[in-house]
Amino acid sequence: MTSTTSLVTPRRPWVNRRNVYKELIPTFGIAGALAVLIVNFTGLAGPLGSYVAFVAAYLTVSFLFGMRHDKIKAFDKVMTTLICAGFFTAFIPWVSILFTVFKRGASAIYWGYFTSDMSVTSGDDELNLGGLSHAIVGSGIILLIASLIAIPFGIITAIYITEIRGRFSGLVRIMIQSMSGVPSIVAGLFVFAILVSGRGFSAISGAVALSILMLPTVARTAEEVLKLVPEDLRTSALALGATQTATTFRIVLPAARAGLVTASMLGMARVAGETAPLIMTSFYSANFSTDTSGHPLASLPMYIYQNFSNGTDLALSRAWGGAAVLLTLIFIIFTIARLASGRAKG
Amino acid sequence: MDDATIQTGSNMNTDANTAPQGGNPLDEGRVGINGLQTKGVHVWFNKHHVLEDISLDFPANSVTGLIGPSGCGKSTFLRLLNRMHEFIPGAAMAGEVFLDGKEIYAPDVDVTAMRLKVGMVFQKPNPFPSMTIGQNVLAGLKLANIKVQDKDSLLEECLTRAGLWKEVKDRLKTSGGSLSGGQQQRLCIARALAVKPDVLLMDEPCSALDPASTLKVEETVVQLSSDMTIVIVTHNMQQAARVSDHCAFFLSDGGPGVIVEADRTSVIFSTPSDPRTADYVQGRFG
Repeated sequence: MTSTTSLVTPRRPWVNRRNVYKELIPTFGIAGALAVLIVNFTGLAGPLGSYVAFVAAYLTVSFLFGMRHDKIKAFDKVMTTLICAGFFTAFIPWVSILFTVFKRGASAIYWGYFTSDMSVTSGDDELNLGGLSHAIVGSGIILLIASLIAIPFGIITAIYITEIRGRFSGLVRIMIQSMSGVPSIVAGLFVFAILVSGRGFSAISGAVALSILMLPTVARTAEEVLKLVPEDLRTSALALGATQTATTFRIVLPAARAGLVTASMLGMARVAGETAPLIMTSFYSANFSTDTSGHPLASLPMYIYQNFSNGTDLALSRAWGGAAVLLTLIFIIFTIARLASGRAKG
Repeated sequence: MDDATIQTGSNMNTDANTAPQGGNPLDEGRVGINGLQTKGVHVWFNKHHVLEDISLDFPANSVTGLIGPSGCGKSTFLRLLNRMHEFIPGAAMAGEVFLDGKEIYAPDVDVTAMRLKVGMVFQKPNPFPSMTIGQNVLAGLKLANIKVQDKDSLLEECLTRAGLWKEVKDRLKTSGGSLSGGQQQRLCIARALAVKPDVLLMDEPCSALDPASTLKVEETVVQLSSDMTIVIVTHNMQQAARVSDHCAFFLSDGGPGVIVEADRTSVIFSTPSDPRTADYVQGRFG
């Protein structure tokens, strides 16, 4: 402490640093050594095998450390270790997907990747040619139109269920719930039958297919969010002489604003990577375009799918690059959702 | 229950003769066409009969306290007076409620306009969290689309009448949630006052407050009663004695709640005619 005027210094007596040196680090070290032995002398091998060996060793060592006190302490330590191990294990697929996608996709990504399309480039050309600007813009257009359809209807549905509480709200709820189980390919086939068949592929029909998939996510999340708005607010607004419309739009929706943004973003993230319905609706085009009707329109999932179908090494690298861009896009959408809900609260 | 007992709505004759001129002890000739009256009110929740034959006149410009043990239907009765009762699923009623001689349950009554005349303050302070203190006070006007020329002076007037102006005048733009519980409750009172109601219904407004805040709210109630009709539900006998001019004692002996006695507060607390009232106000039960 640099301050000499105050004799009282803030302390955190509940933080026991000695535990870190006397228990945590020794446990870690012994478990690590044990894990090395296990990997060398048993069939467990590779990164995953080492991980399993380390978790088993750590469990044993922390149990033994706990037994220096008593059984209850030992059980507590084992449970803590199990929970932490479960947490890290859940992280493995997440980290390995991210790692693989960005490692394999890196070779395809260069500046021109974001500025050029595939109109004069083939999937198996060198990686310094062509790009996916057409797919990014196409995905953006399709997502935007899908959101313009699904978000208002989703929120209106949620308002019907939670605010109007009409005669059919139970039925609507069940329908929305079962709608979230509609396989995406069925939605695609449905839109193909009513919009594409005879007219050709278009961004609009792709957006309609995605909005069918997006609606239940938005509606159900928005419903949960509106339910969290305290009943008191509705009652006091009504008692002030507000109509139900004024109560809903001036009191309830503003109170739930942050959550509604999150609901919308979750819906967008849910459909951003959908491929099956797009095969049947907007399909794929190698050209940069912003036309929403009359032609097929590229999208990121379809770009990945097309290059994957091509099958050559260079095309596969392009597919990984597209996957990296798609993941980044979804990550950006989630970040915006978090920021929006955080800012509205503060 | 059979259909005949359910309120069907009738009687929009505004003739003063249609208003009940009961032999109610509270009615001392002050309640004419102006004021709040109930006549033969019953309430059901589904098949459960919770209030039976409540006829009360609320004298204008005075405070009427509704007292009685928990579960005797006081709050239910209060919510009936500005039609907040009907938001409870399964609720039904019979009888009539008159505001200024008009039946408020008549089919052609504009419910939201009626609620502007009959304000309400709830048990738990509930300022709108997304609004500032100033916006909270004026929320009723905004919600009902009422235009006001001088918002600032109305704001000051309402907060002054609610006894909150001095405490918040320098932070009108901060959130209503930053106030203490007692201040929040007075903010809710100010919010109810802003739409200029004739009647203010208060449902145990002090039960969530500390003694100092309770005292301030009580002072506010007494001051407001000089030009408003106030109906206050309270569990606190001392509070009823301090703030009310008239009292109605509700009781339920397992069946539907009834009014045992209604009279001037001084009479209820000194020489009640029913022994059950005497027992209750002296704290022997309930």
